[in-house]
Amino acid sequence: MIGLNGFLIVSLIVFVLGLYCVLTRRNAIGILMGVELILNSANINYLAFARYSAGTYDGQIFALFVIMLAAAEAVIGLAIVLGIYQTFHTIDVEATETLRG
Amino acid sequence: MSALTLPDVLFLGVAAFTVITAMGVAFSRNIVYSAFSLMGTFMSVAALYVFLAADFVAVVQVLIYVGGILILILFAVMLTHRIADVSISNRSVGRLPALGIAIVIGVLMTTAVRRGGWHQVEVAPATPTTAQIGDLFLTHYLLPFELASVVLLAALIGAAFLSRKELKDI
Repeated sequence: MIGLNGFLIVSLIVFVLGLYCVLTRRNAIGILMGVELILNSANINYLAFARYSAGTYDGQIFALFVIMLAAAEAVIGLAIVLGIYQTFHTIDVEATETLRG
Repeated sequence: MSALTLPDVLFLGVAAFTVITAMGVAFSRNIVYSAFSLMGTFMSVAALYVFLAADFVAVVQVLIYVGGILILILFAVMLTHRIADVSISNRSVGRLPALGIAIVIGVLMTTAVRRGGWHQVEVAPATPTTAQIGDLFLTHYLLPFELASVVLLAALIGAAFLSRKELKDI
């Protein structure tokens, strides 16, 4: 009874929640958490289609690359967040608007 | 409505846990609670990978997300102060427009899922995948694999460069 659609629906809900998190958070770390949710939902889709729609391993390889890039993104993002914190003494993204014209 | 078998019940439980913890990440007012909710989401997504017969990816998910990225996020949360102050630590603004956008995109994607008519093949029985993934990485996906190592090296050097202390007056 569990089919492709079940996994697609779960991944859809996780994606929408991640999108909401990215749109509403003003804490830079909170935004990064939303991005991680979105990447996870994309991974669920890759694996679901790899199993139910392709029957090959290519989707799993792609999921591994996504996980690798998510790790790199988290490292760089959090290093930037710490740099912002050292400069502005806050990580509220609305307070760091030096470049606003 | 056909009878629920044990895998179906397990899948529904894991899916519900995924959604609930993801809601915790999106709606919690304390960023520490959000971070720990994120751990639940990562673990249950790994369980979903097991349902999809992707054992290697599930283990990698636990190792890298829970063991790496989540620890990193918790470090960043602890290194930036005023965390205990709930109203400051995880403020969220513009809820109504964001909710509208999220609902619109959700409805669009639900329609896409329902009307997709996806190509489906006969599901093969679950077998260990590690050997095949290793083969593919060293044959067909060799160039992306090597590029990935370069990207990781660049990320390592970049993070060390960004977060170092400035040397002054030398």
